[in-house]
Amino acid sequence: MLTEYAFWFLSFLAVFSALTMVVTKNPVYSVLSLILTFFAIAGHYFLMNAQFLAAVHIIVYAGAIMVLFLYVIMMLNLNKFEDEKKSLFMNSLSVIAGCILGFVLLAVVKRTDELTIVAKASSAEVGLVENLGNALYKDYLLPFEMASVLFLAAMVGAVYLSKKEMV
Amino acid sequence: MDPILLYKIILCVIVFAVSLGIAAYMTWGERKIAAVLQDRVGPDRAGPFGLFQPLADGLKMFMKEEMIPGASNKFLFILAPGFFMLTACMTSVVIPWGSGLEINGTVYPMQITDINIGLLYLLGVVSIGVYGIMIGGWASNNKYSLMGALRASSQMISYEVAMGLALIALVMWTGTLSLGEIARQQDAGWANVVYQPLGFLIFLICAFAETNRAPFDLPESESELVGGYHTEYSSMKLGFFLFAEYINMFISSAVLATLYWGGYNFPFQHELGLEGNTLAIIQTVVLFAKILIFIFIFMWVRWTLPRFRYDQLMNLGWKVLLPLAIANIFFTGIGMYLFGKLG
Repeated sequence: MLTEYAFWFLSFLAVFSALTMVVTKNPVYSVLSLILTFFAIAGHYFLMNAQFLAAVHIIVYAGAIMVLFLYVIMMLNLNKFEDEKKSLFMNSLSVIAGCILGFVLLAVVKRTDELTIVAKASSAEVGLVENLGNALYKDYLLPFEMASVLFLAAMVGAVYLSKKEMV
Repeated sequence: MDPILLYKIILCVIVFAVSLGIAAYMTWGERKIAAVLQDRVGPDRAGPFGLFQPLADGLKMFMKEEMIPGASNKFLFILAPGFFMLTACMTSVVIPWGSGLEINGTVYPMQITDINIGLLYLLGVVSIGVYGIMIGGWASNNKYSLMGALRASSQMISYEVAMGLALIALVMWTGTLSLGEIARQQDAGWANVVYQPLGFLIFLICAFAETNRAPFDLPESESELVGGYHTEYSSMKLGFFLFAEYINMFISSAVLATLYWGGYNFPFQHELGLEGNTLAIIQTVVLFAKILIFIFIFMWVRWTLPRFRYDQLMNLGWKVLLPLAIANIFFTGIGMYLFGKLG
């Protein structure tokens, strides 16, 4: 019962803050509402017994990436928002693009069979660190290592691009 | 009402009250220690040994005029100190304050919640703690505040990395992320600092940086930035920022004592012939003694070492502590192999 209330509260919070993030004109408010969205999603992970995922989600997204976003926005000092006028052509193009995305999402929802399942909690042990570690390092070792190599490549690339003197 | 729930609520209130009380008297302690180190008397007017000084300071903070800059973002300006205070208080829930009290045959653990991702929760709260400073500095609409906020955020991000890596070595050695379990393990064996001396040193330095204490207090360095991120704050909002720093220091000391120095355990505790609740209370007293020692070290360092320059701070974080932390993980792995700790 309590879980269901928490689910509805978190869902409302996630959707509301995500909408605020898109609609608001102040970039700092955008970032802050995106952080709120991340917290709501982390709450959902908790409801599904994925504690490790929830904690890492907060540490990585809310704690590190969004701090950098906020940092950059503060550095650029984007306080004044210029309400730039876009042409009718661009506006109609964006409406069409948005509608296409909406149709895709609608198709996904329509093909989903189990719409009635609300936050089905998987068994309590699934999200524990030990089980997650075992799954990652035994069953999915190759994809895990591939992903880490990919991250390393991206990091090396970023360092190379940010170096002032090209070798 | 469920007795466990009632007990947890009481424990929450006690922990909250104790952290606020200790933080208040840390301001007195800091001024006394500074006085001793600089060969002065320190506060001695309010009450015996100036013991009522924190009350007088708190009253002064409340009575002062409240200023909100006209060009500031009012909502965020008011939100920031509250958020900073909230994150400072949130960490205390995972710290084991004692082994457990036995009342009417039921054992009540002296830890508000022993979640099995306790260390990650700790890192998470620490990582969102920077928002209070950043939002406050930006919302003030003052270049010194903004500089302070930017410094604080980059400093805290940099030192979080080394801190997390130092903790990974500890997690490898203990094999658990739960703080309660780490404290219990140290009952059976040695304190973790024996196995993780380098990790402890890295964690200690990072704790200084994360709490913005000297020699890492660049976000508020008064000689360059007026007052840093809280330049525009006055009255109790300023009080919240300063007070939250002391709570952070108290919690960091508790974490250091729990993770590396045996938590509430002390040597030969089972040979004293004490049982049950008496032992539990003595253990809590011992834990608080350890915490007070760390708080003293925090203050001792502040009044001894001069402030870093900003590039020195960044170099220390990324070029010294980070490689050391990675080397520590490597050596911990070798140690685990030699001691047959690999599962």
